[in-house]
Amino acid sequence: MLDFKRQLPKSKAVLNRTPRWLNVLMIIILLVAALYAAPNLFGENPAVQISSSTPGQNPSDMAVSKVTAALKKSSLSTTAITRENKHIVVRFNSADDQLKGKEVLQQALGNQFIVASYNAPATPKWLRKIGGQPMKLGLDLRGGMSLLLQVDVADVIKRRLHNSIRDIGQTLRKEKIPYRAIIPGDNSITINFREATQRDQAFKILAVKLREYSWQKNSSGEQYQMIGQLSQPALIQIRQYTMEQSINSFSRRVNELGISEAQVQQQGMNRISIELPGVTDATEAQDILGKTATIDVHLVDINHDLSQTLVSGKVPPGDLLIKDQSGRSVLLKSDVVLSGDSITNAVSSLDQRSGEPQVSVTVAGGAQSKLYNTTRANVGKPMAVVYNETKSTKQEVNGKTVIRYHKHSTVISVANIQGAFGASFRVTGLSSGEAKQLALLLRAGSLPANVTILSEQQIGPSMGKANVRRGKLSIEIGFLLVVLFMALYYRTMGIIADIALFVNLILIVAIMSLLRGTMTFPGIASLVLTIGMAVDGNVLIFERIREELRRGTSIQGAIHAGYDRAAVTIVDAQLTTLIAAIVLFAIGVGPIKGFAIVLTIGLFTSMLTSITYTRAMVNFLFGGKALKKLPIGMTVKKEKG
Amino acid sequence: MEFFTHNTKINFMRLRKITAVISLLLFIISIASLSVKGLNWGLDFSGGTQVQLTFPQSVDLHQLRTKLASAGFEKSEVQSYGSSHDALITIGLTGNKEERSKDQGVVTKEVTNKLKQLFPQAKQQGANAIGAKVSKELANKGVLAVLVSMILISIYIAFRFEYRMAISSAVALIHDPIVILGIFSLFHIEFGLNALAALLTVIGYSLNDTIVVFDRVRENFRKMRGSDAVEVVNSAINQTLSRTIMTSALTLVVVLALLFFGGPIIRSFSIALVIGIVIGTYSSIYVAGALAVALGLSRKDLLPPAKPTEESFQ
Repeated sequence: MLDFKRQLPKSKAVLNRTPRWLNVLMIIILLVAALYAAPNLFGENPAVQISSSTPGQNPSDMAVSKVTAALKKSSLSTTAITRENKHIVVRFNSADDQLKGKEVLQQALGNQFIVASYNAPATPKWLRKIGGQPMKLGLDLRGGMSLLLQVDVADVIKRRLHNSIRDIGQTLRKEKIPYRAIIPGDNSITINFREATQRDQAFKILAVKLREYSWQKNSSGEQYQMIGQLSQPALIQIRQYTMEQSINSFSRRVNELGISEAQVQQQGMNRISIELPGVTDATEAQDILGKTATIDVHLVDINHDLSQTLVSGKVPPGDLLIKDQSGRSVLLKSDVVLSGDSITNAVSSLDQRSGEPQVSVTVAGGAQSKLYNTTRANVGKPMAVVYNETKSTKQEVNGKTVIRYHKHSTVISVANIQGAFGASFRVTGLSSGEAKQLALLLRAGSLPANVTILSEQQIGPSMGKANVRRGKLSIEIGFLLVVLFMALYYRTMGIIADIALFVNLILIVAIMSLLRGTMTFPGIASLVLTIGMAVDGNVLIFERIREELRRGTSIQGAIHAGYDRAAVTIVDAQLTTLIAAIVLFAIGVGPIKGFAIVLTIGLFTSMLTSITYTRAMVNFLFGGKALKKLPIGMTVKKEKG
Repeated sequence: MEFFTHNTKINFMRLRKITAVISLLLFIISIASLSVKGLNWGLDFSGGTQVQLTFPQSVDLHQLRTKLASAGFEKSEVQSYGSSHDALITIGLTGNKEERSKDQGVVTKEVTNKLKQLFPQAKQQGANAIGAKVSKELANKGVLAVLVSMILISIYIAFRFEYRMAISSAVALIHDPIVILGIFSLFHIEFGLNALAALLTVIGYSLNDTIVVFDRVRENFRKMRGSDAVEVVNSAINQTLSRTIMTSALTLVVVLALLFFGGPIIRSFSIALVIGIVIGTYSSIYVAGALAVALGLSRKDLLPPAKPTEESFQ
């Protein structure tokens, strides 16, 4: 049998030497990795996070002193009060203190601030300054709340159609083109005319004006029609815009809840997933997130008689009949003077004179002129603020899931317009709690569309902790057994492999922490896989070296050959798994993505540690030295032949 | 330390006809069980209600189970977690018509109310309501991802090795998860998200194993002139035997630790991994290796294209 001849270099001293720069580089990488993996060792403190009610605003220094004063007064001790990221974080010694502290601070700070309890990572300050932070733990490991919401894009499209119809009506009337009817259809609008000339005239104007539709002329019997179909790009744009707005809105709502590590993401075409790790107070979250609320401002219709309408049951055209909070009906003009999404800010406070709760609303530039003009033209006349709440329910009808929306409108205040205003105004007539909630909902932005909760999961923190504890324990045991076995079986080389394994883990943890990746349970699964493959890599190398030694190759030659040959195998194996990991990452959703991220990172670090790190250590210990025996756990018995 | 005599000359390939039959049988049984009996989808996939109950005294899980069954909850499971006072009750959606006509929130409410009646002394810690529709998308995407990656991997193997090996490794890759799913189906083990993660892990592991074997096969074909495919594959497997056993043993050690110490939540995960490692090793030898031989793998397929090699010419 012909042996595989290798090019052995003449001078053995060249074999098995790692260049110094590479050694230094590897040590540096290891130290840096250890530094950034370290935050994970520090655990968490029960803490309270204070943020300003106005999104994006930094709590002032005065706020900090208020906090310190309030805590001192109730003699609650803290381990630290720091500013982090536009929040004030107060760390307590125990969960009880945390609970008490939250109440005390809520009282002391009032409506201008949001106080939320959460578990703050106990990373020391200096480490945090250089960007060190612990890995994020997924919900399945940490406990918290997870919601999946579906956005009703179809409704938005319907509203767009109606807006266009109104637009068309106005335009045609202005151009004095008579038409018979404008009928909405399935993503389309049909306009009927009596004569062809009218239709053609309209066509010339509207086809240019309403370009998001593709218009066609049609004639059926006595009708001359033009049919506009909402174009595909327009549909896509509407959907994208709706999703973006919704995500923005929910992000702001979630910020209002003061949860620092919350995640709001788009999932699929029209769904949003919200993860609130560490959330212990689920009812508040559900309340804020589940509701859709807007306010609209309407003029009260004083020209028609309310009692007549109630008796006859017929609402005059162009009007709305809405009940107020005490159950009385109010007749309103349906034209919306100011709509919810033109509100830039809303703050609840107590009126300085009356002491009554109120909400001060700031209006966006674009809507100011209409508001101003309307109020100016109607001074002295009553104006109503309507609070719209939309609740949705899911049902299965004929095998399809149907979502029904119930819109509930209440008039929350009717007041006479004192003077013209455009830029801001105040809403009164609410209780303190209502004022706070209204302000919060207004600030968080009104949703452009209706939203249903598809799935809602609450993982109690105890479950998360128990999981983590047991999982940690079992992995530690398994790991220890592997380490032991490698050392016993491969002696010194085995210990080298063990060290490489530790380095591997440190690298993975450091990269995950730096990338702010989330470690979920499937992520732990891929850690298991990575450890398995890394160990396999080393086993491959060592078995090869043993084989070479048995064949009579010199020790240095055996080391060289072993690594040489095995490296090819390892790279092939890791690369194929890498393909799978990348595909999983690209196509996979949620937890599968988590699995893929850790796997990808792990594959790279494994290749690095199994080959390069162990080689460096082997070279350092054994390279270029005249050895009688290589401590690889076997005695060399030269094979004959 | 060494456990094995190197230089074993076990004729693995001799068994390849038998193992082919066994594999085929396993495959058919798995598919049959999956189509007829279906999988015991965990809450992650089937949707339903999951309620955490804390009792004032230690729980007797068995008692809970009987009580739930007699109360008419068909698809229910009871687990303990946290402390001995806690129980996790899962009421899966049965998927019948009556249930589906109700709103999800209503179903959850009904379940929590009924549970309150059954166990008035227990405190309800939290209720999960999961819409099944959600996770079907996840499962579908998962399957798609696995299929796409299999295709890409096969292409890679075809380039680096040889197309017959690509085909046989693809078959081995499909073989493993299906057999595991079949076992889950047969024994009615709950298949949840964690089990899915385990499945992916197993695929990765089996792939790794297969490549290592094939790598040695490739090397041997180039070295061992005049030997036929069976001999070459046999020697390849024999030579990698110590490595295969070592790696499998070490990985099994970790996974067994998970199984015994990891707690009930990751039980299905650990089971899937244990089965998977055993089957993965088996498939690398007997499915991938044997199939490649059966497809007519021969030396000339594996020679590198005409470029100078380190081998000296005869």
